[in-house]
Amino acid sequence: MTDLFKVSRRDFVRAGVAGAGGLVIGFRIHDLVAEPESAASFQPNAFLRIDQDGAVTIWFPKTEMGQGIKTALPMLVAEELGVAWDQVTVVQAPGDVRQFGSQGTGGSRSIRTTFEPLRKAGATGRVMLVQAAAQRLGVSIETLRVQSGHVIHGPTSRRIPFGDLVDDAASLDPPADPPLTDPDDFTILGTPVARVDTPEKVDGSAVYGIDARVDGMRYATVVHPPVFGGRATAVDSAGALEVPGVDEVVELATGVAVVAATTWAAFKGAQALEVTWGDAGYREGSDAVEEKLARLAAVPGAPARSDGDVEGALAGSAQRVDAVYHVPYLAHATMEPMNCTAHVEARQCRIWVPTQSPQGVIREAERITGLSPDRIEVHLTYLGGGFGRRSSMDFVTEAITISKAVGGPVKMLWTREEDTRQGQYRPCTVNTFAGGLDQAGRPTAWRNRIAGPSILANKGRRLRNGVDPSSVEGAANIPYKISNIQVEFAKADIPVPLHWWRSVGSSQNAFITESFIDELAHAAGADPYQYRRSLLDGSPRHLGVLDVAAERAGWGGALPPGRARGIAVAFSFGTYVAQVAEISLDAGGFPWVRRVVCAVDCGQIVNPNTIEAQMQSGIVFGLSAALFGQITLDSGRVQQGNFHDYPVVRMKQAPAVEVHIVRSREAPGGIGEPGTPPIAPAVTNALFALTGIRVRRLPIRAALTASTPSGGR
Amino acid sequence: MAEVTLNVNGRDYTIDVLPDTPLLWAIRDNIGLTGTKYGCGIAQCGACTVHVDGQAVRSCVLPVTAVAGKIIATIEGLSDDRSHPVQRAWIAEDVPQCGYCQSGQIMSAVALLAREPDPSDEDIDAAMAGNICRCGTYQRIRRAIHRAARED
Repeated sequence: MTDLFKVSRRDFVRAGVAGAGGLVIGFRIHDLVAEPESAASFQPNAFLRIDQDGAVTIWFPKTEMGQGIKTALPMLVAEELGVAWDQVTVVQAPGDVRQFGSQGTGGSRSIRTTFEPLRKAGATGRVMLVQAAAQRLGVSIETLRVQSGHVIHGPTSRRIPFGDLVDDAASLDPPADPPLTDPDDFTILGTPVARVDTPEKVDGSAVYGIDARVDGMRYATVVHPPVFGGRATAVDSAGALEVPGVDEVVELATGVAVVAATTWAAFKGAQALEVTWGDAGYREGSDAVEEKLARLAAVPGAPARSDGDVEGALAGSAQRVDAVYHVPYLAHATMEPMNCTAHVEARQCRIWVPTQSPQGVIREAERITGLSPDRIEVHLTYLGGGFGRRSSMDFVTEAITISKAVGGPVKMLWTREEDTRQGQYRPCTVNTFAGGLDQAGRPTAWRNRIAGPSILANKGRRLRNGVDPSSVEGAANIPYKISNIQVEFAKADIPVPLHWWRSVGSSQNAFITESFIDELAHAAGADPYQYRRSLLDGSPRHLGVLDVAAERAGWGGALPPGRARGIAVAFSFGTYVAQVAEISLDAGGFPWVRRVVCAVDCGQIVNPNTIEAQMQSGIVFGLSAALFGQITLDSGRVQQGNFHDYPVVRMKQAPAVEVHIVRSREAPGGIGEPGTPPIAPAVTNALFALTGIRVRRLPIRAALTASTPSGGR
Repeated sequence: MAEVTLNVNGRDYTIDVLPDTPLLWAIRDNIGLTGTKYGCGIAQCGACTVHVDGQAVRSCVLPVTAVAGKIIATIEGLSDDRSHPVQRAWIAEDVPQCGYCQSGQIMSAVALLAREPDPSDEDIDAAMAGNICRCGTYQRIRRAIHRAARED
């Protein structure tokens, strides 16, 4: 396997003979978002192998966190290569920046960045195999076709298995630009295919980071300061060391680690630690944060979009609508708490980790150990959920540091409480809107000021013109045809760690914008669906999903008493999604989402089975946040710690989701994130239709606690 | 420390552990069966669900001393070849995404079907209420349970 990784060519795709025989094709995956080192690197970053027995293997550099990419990629290769899709196996590549370039998995990028390269890799193989067959049979390539792992000579019906041709094919020059299959002729892409990782996920054999086992390994956990930026001023480890099995206490820059013979001993030791935390750190509460944001949102910020003259249009409007929307900090709450296993030795460092950023792990290991990258091995496991959280390095840094300090292999695992309180949160924001309508109720002005901490600034990066693009995505690019639009961002400096959370800015901006357009529709006395429709000429793909969702949901049709519908549409990560939520109230008067009709246009599709699953997933994830999700601070301390006070949707609260895929020839869009943004406004718009309560503060549970039946808050 | 003998998946394991060690960590760290997962440590998420004398329990809050001598079953004990009807239903419905919670979901479903061979949606809501899935696979879990009931 090591030899395969040494195939290194400058070009997009080249081929060579594999050590064990067979055809190896290296290919380069161009990321939409280039990372610095990938620009300088021409190393191929993944490999296709066809063995003499016809088996096809792909080493894939991304990581599987539930999004189904381990299934989708072999489908791309198999389609163009001309094999039955289940002849392809995917093998997880190790983290290796030199060989693979960017291995970052996030931003719903994997299909978008590999759709063409992987098909070309497959097509290259097909062309070379056909050429080899033509030479062997002494016939023209036009008389040959491929099917199910064979080259077939049409006139004589002779069939040669791929495996018989690979050695000949490997000596040929690869085609510069192999032709790709016409989408009309796809036999695998666009068909529902079962996930390749399902079998090992029903018998306990799938290996996650928490399951890593290394000879001589010990177990560690870390206690962190109660406030962000806090530091231990004194550590009394006597109590911890009295716990049988606890061997060492290690002070870190970020907390205090307990190293033990078992996880339980480490957890008990952590509880027995007596740490004096100094005065350092951030100590404001959520009320202070909200006041700061409200002040910023009340005045002009840095413009992210300026169409026309919004102030003039507001002044001249027949009707003006004003609203303030609040969204909270959110934790990712992956099912698998943060963990990493590391073994730092004098001349090498090995790491086993569930990560969305293998390169970030290598960089951290280099920095901490001083070893060169060729002495750092990163083994990538399955991720027990990612949602953005696992592209962060905090837990990796700790594991490597602990292993280096104790001189042996260590599996570092945070408790759920530490996982919840060690942030990297979705930012909170306060958002003000002013809308102006003309005599006919059509919007003439849309002013949206967003105030919040910025993810980029939080990570020490400079904002261009005062705007963090991720803070305004889903707000600056609203699709509605309104002559005067002003969208502004005001950055608040709050030292609570932030990170990308599934669907990022659109997770909150779809809620505020799709709620406010609903408010304008009601102010105009219009049907919310028809009102949106009337403003979407020029945005056919928004309109397309909106129409499908409305039609399939029976928009406007009768419902049983006590039920109502709400609608929302959003574009994110290259994909258009509209949802109609049908809700009732439970016995306690709390919204119960019974059914969601979801229409998705993600361009050309790979695996409709995965698209359906990811829409259902994104909806439940967004619904958890909409109904319950909030991280709050009391004197700087995160008040939530576990699933009892950071609740998420459970079986009974999960709606029946119908997914309708709009067929398209457009470039493929992302699928892991775009299901999340529309659900919150679809539900709150339905709640308004049902009760007249306009929820302007998430989560809904907090909004309803603070509201009266007569008006929203 | 205490020496405890646990019967897991039909085999006896004698281990030396802190007496208050939850069954979860004995199964994972001492016995080495890692299909059972840690999620919350306070019986809120169900990722650690195993069977003790046929009942679905949260192993993260159950001390090993309380289950010595009882019959313990984990996900690894359902079948050698993914042939248990619930595993087959899970595969047929292609339930898992990240998969981390699925061992616990399956163990809860197996216990439900053992006492209620043809569960209603309400039975499923109640029996599965203790198992969280952050990927939101609930809809397919529900279908898989109905399928297992139908096909078994």
